[in-house]
Amino acid sequence: MGALLNSTVFAPWDDPQAKPLIQFQNVTKRFGGFTAIDNLSIDIFEREFFALLGPSGCGKTTMMRMLAGFEKPTEGHILLAGQDIDPIPPNKRAVNMMFQSYALFPHLSVWDNIAFGLKRDKMPKRDIEERVDEMLRLTRLEKFASRKPHQISGGQRQRVALARSLAKAPKLLLLDEPLGALDKKLRQDTQFELMDIQEKTGTTFVIVTHDQEEAMTVASRVAVMDHGRIIQADTPARIYETPNSVYVADFIGDVNIIEGRATPKGDDSYSIDWAEGQTPLQATSSAAIEKGQKCHLAIRPEKVTITAERPADAANAVQGKVHDIAYLGNLSTYHVELPNGTIIKAQTANTRRISRRSFSWEDPVWLSWTATAGVLLAN
Amino acid sequence: MRRFVLIAIPYLWLLALFLVPFAIVLKISLSDAAIARPPYFPQFDWAAGIRAFISELDFENYIFLTQDDLYWKAYLSSVKIALISTALTLLVGYPIAYGMARAPQEWRATLMMLVILPFWTSFLIRVYAWMGILSNEGYLNQFLMWTGLISEPLTILNTQTAVYIGIVYTYLPFMILPIYSALDRLDGSLIEAAEDLGCSRAQAFWLVTIPLSRPGIIAGCFLVMIPVIGEFVIPSLLGGSGTLMIGKVLWEEFFSNRDWPVASAVAIVLLLILVIPIVLFQRNQQKQAEAEQ
Repeated sequence: MGALLNSTVFAPWDDPQAKPLIQFQNVTKRFGGFTAIDNLSIDIFEREFFALLGPSGCGKTTMMRMLAGFEKPTEGHILLAGQDIDPIPPNKRAVNMMFQSYALFPHLSVWDNIAFGLKRDKMPKRDIEERVDEMLRLTRLEKFASRKPHQISGGQRQRVALARSLAKAPKLLLLDEPLGALDKKLRQDTQFELMDIQEKTGTTFVIVTHDQEEAMTVASRVAVMDHGRIIQADTPARIYETPNSVYVADFIGDVNIIEGRATPKGDDSYSIDWAEGQTPLQATSSAAIEKGQKCHLAIRPEKVTITAERPADAANAVQGKVHDIAYLGNLSTYHVELPNGTIIKAQTANTRRISRRSFSWEDPVWLSWTATAGVLLAN
Repeated sequence: MRRFVLIAIPYLWLLALFLVPFAIVLKISLSDAAIARPPYFPQFDWAAGIRAFISELDFENYIFLTQDDLYWKAYLSSVKIALISTALTLLVGYPIAYGMARAPQEWRATLMMLVILPFWTSFLIRVYAWMGILSNEGYLNQFLMWTGLISEPLTILNTQTAVYIGIVYTYLPFMILPIYSALDRLDGSLIEAAEDLGCSRAQAFWLVTIPLSRPGIIAGCFLVMIPVIGEFVIPSLLGGSGTLMIGKVLWEEFFSNRDWPVASAVAIVLLLILVIPIVLFQRNQQKQAEAEQ
């Protein structure tokens, strides 16, 4: 994310000249009859914070284990800095992994855990000490160096695991659900810490997570996976704003999906017949959609405005009544039922106190959104 | 009250079946041998009073143990045999436990069953079976002669080798089970983490698997060593006259010599020797329990 805030935008995936650090080339992985990864190709670039996001069983962990060397592709190749790494065993790869369970060695102190990989490299003792101290400083663990893993808290263990996997300065760091075991508050703090460390060390991070919020927060690019395929790989903003499929739109955040048939009106704009007796909806799409083709309109709840009267200049407006209200503190989500039974969610910021809320259950309301608010997805 | 009863039952059991017999044996060891029934003196007599009774007791038998070198040689040889056979059992048992812990989940129950299976047959019958296998005309020699590896039968029965074979065979489950339980709890991702950090398979084994199964190794070694020191059946059936073990000496002192006081003294000293590893074993178990908290 830091990349997006910089003045020069970090986007090597848009640069055809950029050389990827990792290349998946038509990789397929089968376990017996089960296909975990299905003919997958993707490039990951240096200094990227790349998130693999998907439900459990979508193949994201298998991808990571193939990068670490614990699994070999059934078909296709994985290249690291241009070199085919399939025949290289895990202990010879310039790749380190932070395990979901942290996998800290319980018989070794924090210091020895971090030094473990360095000692295997036959590094001089002085250099090991220096490097371990540097890692302890980076993860703010100086005070706990002599403790055993069972004597420190979950958050500290997570940092030890991170320090240990970073100690060897790998070209690529793999993080398998790194924050899964932490509670929500600590997880949010740690997300920023992770991004900070990623930027400081300049290491390429590949993170596996099923938490879409986490992926959106930390990653420079997010790959949404399902059934062993990458459905869409793009920046968090583009994944959220312009999902390429109903699956991605539905997986990331909250969304209203309205099914209908499109009629082109020129200039990328379309009108959609979606329900008997309702005015057609107006939407735009850069992808061409044929006349009469079935399509889905995906609209984020926060892009839907809720009002008592019909707004005069709205491109799309529908009437309904409040079915349910989800109060989230800072936000409220109104579930509005249309006359044909469809529920559409509208989200508003609670800028007023709750006692002054404008709408209550069963109130008749108007929902409106602009022509560009939604994403039109062809089937 | 109920809790008190629950605690009292095992303690009463120990009192009646351990502490009281121990007191009786201790008392006999301080008595003198006598041609009488029972074959020792003094007997406790209410009329003479407790003071007179105690004044009759002495440490003569213990002094005797230090004078005849048979005894300390037997103790030493028992400890030596116990140490060597514990090491052998570990060498055989560890790979078996490791293989079991690494076996697919659906196989483990069966493998565990196979380890425990020998307990279903009488221990004595199994030792006799080894006599049938190891004797000069036994199955092992028959097989080796048939394959042509040897032309003369090997003499194994009635040697220390036979004792080691018997002990390793008998006590193997006591070594396998604690090591297996330690290896079974070992998180597989620790091995992967070690490999990920640059260990070869062998290094990961030495640096992670062995240290983490150490409590199991220690428990197994004690569980084998403690009973082997006092072992009597295996050396007397498989070891012949050449094998000197304190259990055998004790038996002979009791039943052949009918010198109950000396036999009791031998038993008390054996118990004192065993207290050391038992205390160490307890400490290991306690440390492990603390580490798991």
